[in-house]
Amino acid sequence: MDLNYSAEELAFRDEVRSWLQANLPADLREKGERYAHFAKEDLMRWHRILAKKGWVAPHWPKEWGGTGWNVVQRYIFEEELGFAGAPPLIPFGLNMCAPVLLRFGTEAQKKRFLPRIYNGDDFWCQGYSEPGSGSDLASLKTRAIRDGDVYRVSGQKIWTTLAHYADWIFCLVRTDPTVEKRQEGISFLLIDMKTPGITVRPLILMDGAHEVNEVFFDDVKVPAENLVHEEGKGWTVAKYLLGYERMNTGRIGESKRQLARLKEYASHLKDDVRFRDRLSRLEVELMALEITNLRFLDRMRRTGQPPGADVSMLKIKGTEIQQGLTELMMQAADPAANDELTTAIRKRYLSMRKTTIYAGSNEIQRNIIAKMTLGL
Amino acid sequence: MNFDYNEEQQLLADSVRRYLAKSYDFESRRKIVAGEGWSAEAWAQFAEMGLTGLPLPAECGGFGGGAVDLMGVMEAFGEALVVEPYLATVLAARLVARAGSAAQKQAILPAVAEGRLKLAFAHTEKGARYRIDAVRCSFSGGKLQGEKAAVIGAPVADKLVVSARGADGIGLYLADRVPAQPYRTIDERLAADLVFSGAPAEKLSGGLERVEEAFDFGAALACAEAVGAMKFACDTTLEYLKTRRQFGVPIGTFQALQHRIVDLFIEAEQARSMACLACSKVDQAGDARERARAVSAAKIKIADAARHISQESVQLHGGMGMSEELKVSHTFRRLTALAGEFGDADTHLERFARL
Repeated sequence: MDLNYSAEELAFRDEVRSWLQANLPADLREKGERYAHFAKEDLMRWHRILAKKGWVAPHWPKEWGGTGWNVVQRYIFEEELGFAGAPPLIPFGLNMCAPVLLRFGTEAQKKRFLPRIYNGDDFWCQGYSEPGSGSDLASLKTRAIRDGDVYRVSGQKIWTTLAHYADWIFCLVRTDPTVEKRQEGISFLLIDMKTPGITVRPLILMDGAHEVNEVFFDDVKVPAENLVHEEGKGWTVAKYLLGYERMNTGRIGESKRQLARLKEYASHLKDDVRFRDRLSRLEVELMALEITNLRFLDRMRRTGQPPGADVSMLKIKGTEIQQGLTELMMQAADPAANDELTTAIRKRYLSMRKTTIYAGSNEIQRNIIAKMTLGL
Repeated sequence: MNFDYNEEQQLLADSVRRYLAKSYDFESRRKIVAGEGWSAEAWAQFAEMGLTGLPLPAECGGFGGGAVDLMGVMEAFGEALVVEPYLATVLAARLVARAGSAAQKQAILPAVAEGRLKLAFAHTEKGARYRIDAVRCSFSGGKLQGEKAAVIGAPVADKLVVSARGADGIGLYLADRVPAQPYRTIDERLAADLVFSGAPAEKLSGGLERVEEAFDFGAALACAEAVGAMKFACDTTLEYLKTRRQFGVPIGTFQALQHRIVDLFIEAEQARSMACLACSKVDQAGDARERARAVSAAKIKIADAARHISQESVQLHGGMGMSEELKVSHTFRRLTALAGEFGDADTHLERFARL
């Protein structure tokens, strides 16, 4: 048993760390510090800096721009991004659409979309949830009817993150409403957001921010060549994505940065035993999660097995910690203050409530563990 | 980076588990508890397997092992709820190994390794709670004066390592056993209150920092033992949810219960991570602060998880969980004791915040 990174891994971490120090633009870092909103230009500027360095999609195969790093190096890289306070890399293209294309796409689809995702030419969003289909995703109703060379799509998606920035959306749609097993009537479609018939309407969340949207499809004609995998096999694709190697689900690096920030910000409360103990327990939980995450990673590296339900545990604990940190931050703030940073801290508390709901609510994650790991 | 036991550690843990499964099942343990409270036969087996010499230096008949080497053994002991004073003995023996003279080591350690001697670490005093510097026992003129309380393993210990105030502050002393008022702890281990009225003792080297190091070693291994007990509690509760039927279905089909047991397994994983950290740092930390910080963090997590898992494992068993007949109620008792051993969560929160 040796909990330390190897000398090579430490050297790699230092390389990443010093590169980030030199190349993360100060204004972007500072926006993160203020908990300010990242505009589309901010996100894409950072994306392109990483793309130019060749580090924007480490997990892709080398021929498409991947770095060839092993799982531990990839984890270190992602943690360092979080720890440095870099703007988020929007996952819909890089981590969701691309892996799907790499696994199920045709050569033509790969050639058409992957380089543009890599270079940040196309901004992607994800069309899964519908008003009547949240946790019960397989009940989705957005209809796609094959008509010659096109699918005609009608229906509605909801909670679509950054759809107002997006050039493309990947969607789960119902191509066959008659099959008995409803999962078998679902297909995976790539849709150009500029296609006539698409309307994006903002949904403002409780922190006042515009991040998610409703997306309406009114007889939208989608070329049949934009179908990924076979018709009726969309659920297979969606499940593949759920099991995809998302070892950064715990967001340890980002939480470590927030913890350090909180300790500094709450230094006036260091003799308040009640506050201090809550902070300590949260720190301990984060220490434990980091080791748990590394244990899973180590097992994955040695067995070559995908992480499976482990990811669900990382998601549950990671999001609980993120929420705990934002809550303590808000409590540490002067209740009489009304400046920009304090307001941003309060809004962040509001905003972060989403983390235990999105990407499969924590209740759904518990269902997954109960079923897959515990056999209940 | 590697989170597994090495081959040797794994083989040892496996053979301990095999022995316990064969000869220390719940019924055998019940007989031991109903009798003298420890088994000479089990102790001889521990020695035979090399456990009593595991953390002792090779020149004294030991194997020079660290906390990580003992971790798998302690996990197995936690699963089986072993009552023999193993940790008490190796903790005290390790103090002799680190602080004893060559003559003291030769007189004691080979006999411990061979299973002929059992030791106890007499430190805690009434009212001291978890403060390790609250020592009133005194040493002067080669004799000990004062009282120690709740000394695990003392009723059967042949030799004692005792903390006391000497001319230059708190120190450690080696003494023969003294008449003890034995009793059983809440988790069925042998303990005793001890009175020293002029018992002769020999000085060991070092002071409070050595007591603190010993406590960290003990705490790390108590964490490992707790992880084993948690594993049993989780596994047996899961089994119960799958077999117990109510309303015509296994109760494990109810989502209200599924989510609760999922949380137990998550807590057990988090606790295991912290036990790994504590044992590794006890062996490898660069300085006392780094070690103490890791151990306190681990003890906070393990104490919280022990409470959560023990309470929920009983609750999810319903009335059966309360029954003395089921092992899970005994696991509850062990986890409750371990949560406080070598400092409870509050004590370690206090220390963690200072470091």
